[in-house]
Amino acid sequence: MPGKLKVKIVAGRHLPVMDRASDLTDAFVEVKFGNTTFKTDVYLKSLNPQWNSEWFKFEVDDEDLQDEPLQITVLDHDTYSANDAIGKVYIDIDPLLYSEAATVISGWFPIYDTIHGIRGEINVVVKVDLFNDLNRFRQSSCGVKFFCTTSIPKCYRAVIIHGFVEELVVNEDPEYQWIDRIRTPRASNEARQRLISLMSGELQRKIGLKVLEMRGNAVVGYLQCFDLEGESGLVVRAIGTACTLDKLSSPAAFLPACNSPSKDMKESPLVHPPSHGCRSTHNSPIHTATGSRLTQNFSVSVPTLIYTGMGSGSAGKEGGPFKALLRQQTQSALEQREFPFFTLTAFPPGFLVHVGGVVSARSVKLLDRIHNPDEPETRDAWWAEIRQEIKSHAKALGCHAVVGYSESTSICEEVCILSASGTAAVLNPRFLQDGTVEGCLEQRLEENLPIGCGFCHIPYDELNMPFPAHLTYCYNCRKQKVPDVLFTTIDLPTDAAVIGKGCLIQARLCRLKKKAQAEANATAISNLLPFMEYEVHTQLMNKLKLKGMNALFGLRIQITVGENMLMGLASATGVYLAALPTPGGIQIAGKTPNDGSYEQHISHMQKKINDTIAKNKELYEINPPEISEEIIGSPIPEPRQRSRLLRSQSESSDEVTELDLSHGKKDAFVLEIDDTDAMEDVHSLLTDVPPPSGFYSCNTEIMPGINNWTSEIQMFTSVRVIRLSSLNLTNQALNKNFNDLCENLLKSLYFKLRSMIPCCLCHVNFTVSLPEDELIQVTVTAVAITFDKNQALQTTKTHVEKSLQRASTDNEELLQFPLELCSDSLPSHPFPPAKATSVDYSSFADRCSSWIELIKLKAQTIRRGSIKTTVTVEKASPMGEGNFRNRSAPPCANSTVGVVKMTPLSFIPGAKITKYLGIINMFFIRETTSLREEGGVSGFLHAFIAEVFAMVRAHVAALGGNAVVSYIMKQCVFMENPNKNQAQCLINVSGDAVVFVRESDLEVVPTQQPTANCQPLCTEGEVTT
Amino acid sequence: MTSELDIFVGNTTLIDEDVYRLWLDGYSVSDAVALRVRSGILEQTGATAAVLQSDTMDHYRTFHMLERLLHAPPKLLHQLIFQIPPSRQALLIERYYAFDEAFVREVLGKKLSKGTKKDLDDISPKTGITLKSCRRQFDNFKRVFKVVEEMRGSLVDNIQQHFLLSDRLARDYAAIVFFANNRFETGKKKLQYLSFGDFAFCAELMIQNWTLGAVGEAPTDPDSQMDDMDMDLDKEFLQDLKELKVLVADKDLLDLHKSLVCTALRGKLGVFSEMEANFKNLSRGLVNVAAKLTHNKDVRDLFVDLVEKFVEPCRSDHWPLNDVRLFLNQYSASVHSLDGFRHQALWDRYMGTLRGCLLRLYHD
Repeated sequence: MPGKLKVKIVAGRHLPVMDRASDLTDAFVEVKFGNTTFKTDVYLKSLNPQWNSEWFKFEVDDEDLQDEPLQITVLDHDTYSANDAIGKVYIDIDPLLYSEAATVISGWFPIYDTIHGIRGEINVVVKVDLFNDLNRFRQSSCGVKFFCTTSIPKCYRAVIIHGFVEELVVNEDPEYQWIDRIRTPRASNEARQRLISLMSGELQRKIGLKVLEMRGNAVVGYLQCFDLEGESGLVVRAIGTACTLDKLSSPAAFLPACNSPSKDMKESPLVHPPSHGCRSTHNSPIHTATGSRLTQNFSVSVPTLIYTGMGSGSAGKEGGPFKALLRQQTQSALEQREFPFFTLTAFPPGFLVHVGGVVSARSVKLLDRIHNPDEPETRDAWWAEIRQEIKSHAKALGCHAVVGYSESTSICEEVCILSASGTAAVLNPRFLQDGTVEGCLEQRLEENLPIGCGFCHIPYDELNMPFPAHLTYCYNCRKQKVPDVLFTTIDLPTDAAVIGKGCLIQARLCRLKKKAQAEANATAISNLLPFMEYEVHTQLMNKLKLKGMNALFGLRIQITVGENMLMGLASATGVYLAALPTPGGIQIAGKTPNDGSYEQHISHMQKKINDTIAKNKELYEINPPEISEEIIGSPIPEPRQRSRLLRSQSESSDEVTELDLSHGKKDAFVLEIDDTDAMEDVHSLLTDVPPPSGFYSCNTEIMPGINNWTSEIQMFTSVRVIRLSSLNLTNQALNKNFNDLCENLLKSLYFKLRSMIPCCLCHVNFTVSLPEDELIQVTVTAVAITFDKNQALQTTKTHVEKSLQRASTDNEELLQFPLELCSDSLPSHPFPPAKATSVDYSSFADRCSSWIELIKLKAQTIRRGSIKTTVTVEKASPMGEGNFRNRSAPPCANSTVGVVKMTPLSFIPGAKITKYLGIINMFFIRETTSLREEGGVSGFLHAFIAEVFAMVRAHVAALGGNAVVSYIMKQCVFMENPNKNQAQCLINVSGDAVVFVRESDLEVVPTQQPTANCQPLCTEGEVTT
Repeated sequence: MTSELDIFVGNTTLIDEDVYRLWLDGYSVSDAVALRVRSGILEQTGATAAVLQSDTMDHYRTFHMLERLLHAPPKLLHQLIFQIPPSRQALLIERYYAFDEAFVREVLGKKLSKGTKKDLDDISPKTGITLKSCRRQFDNFKRVFKVVEEMRGSLVDNIQQHFLLSDRLARDYAAIVFFANNRFETGKKKLQYLSFGDFAFCAELMIQNWTLGAVGEAPTDPDSQMDDMDMDLDKEFLQDLKELKVLVADKDLLDLHKSLVCTALRGKLGVFSEMEANFKNLSRGLVNVAAKLTHNKDVRDLFVDLVEKFVEPCRSDHWPLNDVRLFLNQYSASVHSLDGFRHQALWDRYMGTLRGCLLRLYHD
């Protein structure tokens, strides 16, 4: 009996009128956990009942505590007929199971009914008494912390990052059981909600067990997804990164953790369970199925992206999975067992050594009924196969790990596309427990890794490149080779040297497909996939060049399958990495060069493209330093770049001509216009409208080039569904429709949020689905964050500062580097009088730059002093995230309902997260049979999403939190039947409940003391805020 | 390509004040879009008409969902579905309960019943206010009326507590409720020159002085507590007002009163002779109004009577406002010197309020 769950029902309010005669309600509450149910007394004739019940006590196993949700049902007592249900509240008690999180759940929860929505609120108090469990063979994994955040949570430090954990559970979908024909929609929905709640609990527990076996104590980057496979069942799967985390407030654990992870590992190498990471199916040689007539293996090789598609028949029928690449078999059993994958997208400093490029794999499967839910081998094998693929791609790129890893599915009828993607990378083994990775890396580590460009250096062999690419010496350090473009799925590393700002880049694509059944359908899809992948990539490349940028971060390519079409949507954040070469322009070549008017047209287009590139460079402040050929080969002193960048605004007119020159020098990307299709493509390139002034957008955590966030945030979800006119749909018309849909959606967002200008849309997450033949649904979740325009030019300075800070917390070798950078750079400054001239400018930018140089001078003068002094001087400059309070949201202290912030980011601008309270993972179904009365489909979904937000906020507030970070709407499945006046929607959301404290409330003495050091400059800075 | 579904939901509910106003004014989505286009917003923001349409629809949907909560403003504060900063909540409520002068003048003093609601069809074209907006305003009046109707204590406080309105707006609603309850006639042609503000001012004075609540702790009988309301006029007081009749019925008293007033005002009034000539008429008018207030019918005609019997005669003689003030002050005060008159307190309670009202009503 390892746990006692205690529940108290306090009161209700705003209940609906259940008795028409009296306009009142006789409410009582049923509290159910597992198979035990308690009831409160009936509180007669009130819409605001005060039950004030005793403590209901459940004595349960901790295994049940993890799996089961607490189920609270509010009913209306009826003497003569059956009691009417008012609604339910499901409470996940997992956050109460680990010591550092919440200790009590107490608050007002919306009472939810799947037919009527929210119907009043109920006040509940929940506590858990856990007893120590000495059973070694336990099935529970209480105490393992889960985080949706895809970086090391803010108030923790990673001691060891163990690696990939995955699990999936399957079940029959209650919606498709025979009983569903005779039960009410409400009963069916509730059965489904409850089942999914149970399954996610079980999944989390099983993942937790794996983590414990790996000797970890937490899962970071936990991503749980549902596959609604219809007839064939319901799959709940999750991936994550197992870690050993240390709370930062305990400095005692800090030092040993830093030095001894490898020792730790060597002491206990045998503790690793044979099964973690992947199941044993791989050990059996079951590759016989490769002979299947449906097998379609292909590899598309495009720069920076390795892609494989696999087509297969119904694997269940064929007797087992098969491998696409046989060379995998030759790998040692040890390597096969483990997937060196990390779901993280941001890393502790020094973790990421090199980045190879994006690796992705897709596989088309035919769904088959899951016969035995307890052995979900088929689904497991499918994923294992894909992961194997990813792993081999990473190998081909000379990388041993995959970061920013994610998996997704798209299902239409019985066809399912499984996708996985990530970024091949070389990691620093210091954080990894795994010996194999370490061995491969040793020689790399001996190199002195320059900060800000090291990750760009190619990990693969120059002479044996996996794909054709232009290599040049790094523009930052001049020592290592870098590719001409870099695509990744991760966030921009914080120490990366970036020029200008970033922007959201999307590639959109539709392809018609004939309607087909089963295997023919799967074949058709498999045949289309490589072309789509290629085109999406080409579009991304073109758009990137059009923006004058050379790297993509946070790349996410989503392929959605529908009855008669395939949709591809790729989103990423483009940036200009200082380490990479300036991208060449786009050259247009015509097919018939003799025709005069045609030529004129071509040259007109060319001019337009060149103009766009120039305009974009100005817009995103991309003014890379002009490097004369002589300097190449010798390290470029960094400070020069910085001071130039800071002055760039006033010199922008010169910059444009410079940029034009550079076009000529570079290898331009040539677009051949040989038919109307290509013409369309060029046109579509130019139709993307940049956001209105004052707006920026990106799909990564933070916007490269902006770091002076103010505290106002607005998270939102926007959903659009369009109906295509079914007549004579062509690929082109389809593309245009889809493009317009996305562009209009973005335009609407910019318009709606115009009051927040200047602001940035961060973590813009598009999801496409094809609910019906002619319907396209696009769901966008993002957060708008305001920033301080006047301080927008401090980017580079903060970069220096950040790397310094980072260095100070890092080990000693790394520490010296930035110091040298600061101190030695100044004497070697190519234009020493630059400082003097910059003073003449009256613009803030230049004051800012002189300020930085002053700081650098300071750093120089004290370079022989202790490191600590340097750090404090650097701290004198305002931190990007903090200190700006003037635009803070209106105080909400008077409100009776506490404000809960929601954000898809892992942080809250201007605030510090002090505590993680646990994971929020909620699944809701809403159905209506009176669609018109509820305002049609828009009214219905609008209300439902608002209700989902409300329920998330209520749960967070009840846990004692005031925000949800890393919030994500993983699923929004909407189905309508207007003829029957019906609609149904399923929504799955998750995030981390946290407590944050405004930094203005945290202001500490040390930050003020150094302010005196550069007082005149700081005051100037404050005046402009 | 047609849009089937188009929604935007923010964690903090977005409220666009301009769109809210258009919604409150009862414009349809398409009219609202047209009006927004005319405001030049497209040029300012570079948006397209489609964007504006989508945005307007979204806001309208939000307002529609909020409307249910706005009917009981405390609910808006406690609900969990829409996260709205308190300042915005206050704005939503205040604007929702705000009303148009033109509209309120049409229904002021009318019974807030279904019958009156039917009249809205005529009021709408007459006032140029959309029928939708008329209905909202009418329903607001009715809702506030229903909630505070049976309540004891200060009318303004009750309204403020249950509808979270600003002090100014709560006072206006108190006036509306008071007028509706007592069914004062305000629609007659000769009353058209009066603004809602004029009536609200009078209502406030009457609530303060002429209702049961005004007497304060006076009612000693615990049963009469039930009547301790600001909405009903003090019946006893109205009965007693008959006693004032003696001021005009008794010829000696009337003459004495006149001579007292004339003596005091001689040389101070520009319209002295007119006053002297009209004194008896005016006095008779004012006292008869008081004496008649026992009948509900006459209570309803209070303002008509006041204008007919006092405002109009004075106005036809071109009395300046200051002269009216001097006259009324003297007229009220002189009664204290009438030895034969025993109802001084009653007179003060009546005349104190009436003097305030008349001064407010006396304008062009």
